[in-house]
Amino acid sequence: MSLQALTYWVVGLSFVLYIGIAIWSRAHNTGDFYIAGKGVSPIANGMATAADWMSAASFISMAGLIAFLGYDGSVYLMGWTGGYVLLALLLAPYLRKFGKFTVPEFIAERYYSRTARIVAVICLIFISFTYVAGQMRGVGIVFSRFLEVDVTVGLLIGMGIVFVYAVLGGMKGITYTQVAQYCVLIFAYTVPAVFIAIQITDNPIPQLAFGSEVSGTGTALLDKLDDIVTSLGFNQYTSGTKSRIDVFCITMALMVGTAGLPHVIVRFFTVPKVRDARVSAGWALLFIAILYTTAPAVGSMARYNLINTIQPGAVGSVDGNLAYDDRPDWFETWQQTGLVRYDDKNGDGRIQYYNDANPDFASQAAEYGWQGNELGVDRDIMVLANPEIAGLPNWVIALVAAGGIAAALSTAAGLLLVISAAVSHDLIKGILMPHISEKRELLAGRIAAAFAIMIAGYLGFDPPGWVAQVVAFAFGLAAASLFPVILLGIFFKRVNKQGAIAGMLTGLVFTYAYIEYFKGLFLKWAGSPWGENTAQHWLFGISPEGIGVVGMCLNFIVAIAVSYMTAPPPERIQHMVEHIRVPRHFAEDSA
Amino acid sequence: MHLDKRMAYWRANLRLVAICLIIWFICSYGFGVLFVEQMSRIRIAGFQLGFWFAQQGSIYVFVALIFFYAWRMNRIDKHYDVHED
Repeated sequence: MSLQALTYWVVGLSFVLYIGIAIWSRAHNTGDFYIAGKGVSPIANGMATAADWMSAASFISMAGLIAFLGYDGSVYLMGWTGGYVLLALLLAPYLRKFGKFTVPEFIAERYYSRTARIVAVICLIFISFTYVAGQMRGVGIVFSRFLEVDVTVGLLIGMGIVFVYAVLGGMKGITYTQVAQYCVLIFAYTVPAVFIAIQITDNPIPQLAFGSEVSGTGTALLDKLDDIVTSLGFNQYTSGTKSRIDVFCITMALMVGTAGLPHVIVRFFTVPKVRDARVSAGWALLFIAILYTTAPAVGSMARYNLINTIQPGAVGSVDGNLAYDDRPDWFETWQQTGLVRYDDKNGDGRIQYYNDANPDFASQAAEYGWQGNELGVDRDIMVLANPEIAGLPNWVIALVAAGGIAAALSTAAGLLLVISAAVSHDLIKGILMPHISEKRELLAGRIAAAFAIMIAGYLGFDPPGWVAQVVAFAFGLAAASLFPVILLGIFFKRVNKQGAIAGMLTGLVFTYAYIEYFKGLFLKWAGSPWGENTAQHWLFGISPEGIGVVGMCLNFIVAIAVSYMTAPPPERIQHMVEHIRVPRHFAEDSA
Repeated sequence: MHLDKRMAYWRANLRLVAICLIIWFICSYGFGVLFVEQMSRIRIAGFQLGFWFAQQGSIYVFVALIFFYAWRMNRIDKHYDVHED
């Protein structure tokens, strides 16, 4: 069977599976729709959380990003996993005990304020749409590359599938579909990784192959990689170029941002008990870790493979570089998509790949007769092209396509549900029409989900130029706005309405202004970005990606200071905090 | 009496959280970021230890920490008789 027919089969079968699950587990009431009736086992919830969390970016882009960043890529690995520790220890069990449907609902009740709820809803909707636009785009790209349909058609098919199971099944449908999607995506990710690990190091476990010797050389993979990349003028693979404070702040912003993301938090509302919420975060992170510990191994091996292909002989020797006419098949396939580019600058018919932006290497390169880097490789193709580079059978390639789509769809569905719940439960039921019947609220939730899908599809079809920047913003925003007030809400009884609102707004405005100033988001028409986005201009040398940490600190300080200057929260709120701190009432209380 | 018990339960929880977060911080920010060069002088198999913590070790520690916290916390719940059913 041809690769394309095979891909159609594998992807088609996965869709049948998802829709079948959606019909089997459709929602009957608002409890099912928002939080799957609190009946999800902790392991299933862990898997669903993992699929929800790992987006098209994790699946498709992350290994490639690390391959080119080396040590600096660690910020994503630690940042996108360490947040679960904060979630499990500081938020999940208490929010589960609180036992309601949404994050803004908690903020509204704890801070006895509609204003706080509205601010929280605004943060939530902005964060979630930012994310979902990228997912829909990811679906479109995978479709167009592997099924050779137009990006628009791919996008429409993706929207249709998500529509069926998000609108029909709500949280319950999404949860069980995500369990299936997790299995598809993790299988698709690890199989090629294992094959490549065996090819390069003879060790089948990528996490161990990462630290093993390249077969037949007696030199460790990472040492060899350090050698080759520095001989081509690149920075050492195992050490970074970012300043220490910046690495620190970006990692922290991603961790805290993860713990503050509403679509992740809400997953812990779906388990039956407080105890389950704690352990479920552990399962979620375990399932995530399988991919996240494989990714850096894949990244290093992909970089090694790539350079070895382009530079088979000694650096600087006449025939050390691959002749263009001898390039492998995958090189040609990806050249057609424009994601691999070649430009024979010195006219020798060979491919030179080196760091031509490194002034210290320039004289060396001139000596070799090189006149600039001739190879452009898009980072995003590393995972998708890996099976082809390693010469794996077609079914593996088809599987990777299905895995990429599963990753994008599962994340998109989770985000869409959070948006629809914010609209139907927080805005309509909570603020506009408090007396709406459950049946009509459920209908409103479904309509909101349908609308959210259409807006997301539109954003994915025509992404505003700033989507990439906005992702950093989404994390910074979650870290600077939602996380501190939820945390204070549980651990500091003294923090009141005024403090929470002032804190959220301070964190939000500061973080937004800093990013706008250096990167430009919404005020491009007014001439932003105004500041030059380089380290000497940054506040304390912290880049816009990491500034959410400063926003978070400001939020904490302002919230506590303002609370102490105003009246303490009412007695009943203090009781509520006491109540969520323990899984079950003290026996003496009921006596 | 029961106020004391409530306080004691909460304090036990906070102590456990603090211990876990200190380990969390040391293994990621400490070994992987702040002292990465010093750690990387130590080698285990083909890894420089600082680099390993930044790209592998910290993640394993995170997973272990959550399970450890969940296990200890369940015991604390039982001890103070506030566990579910």
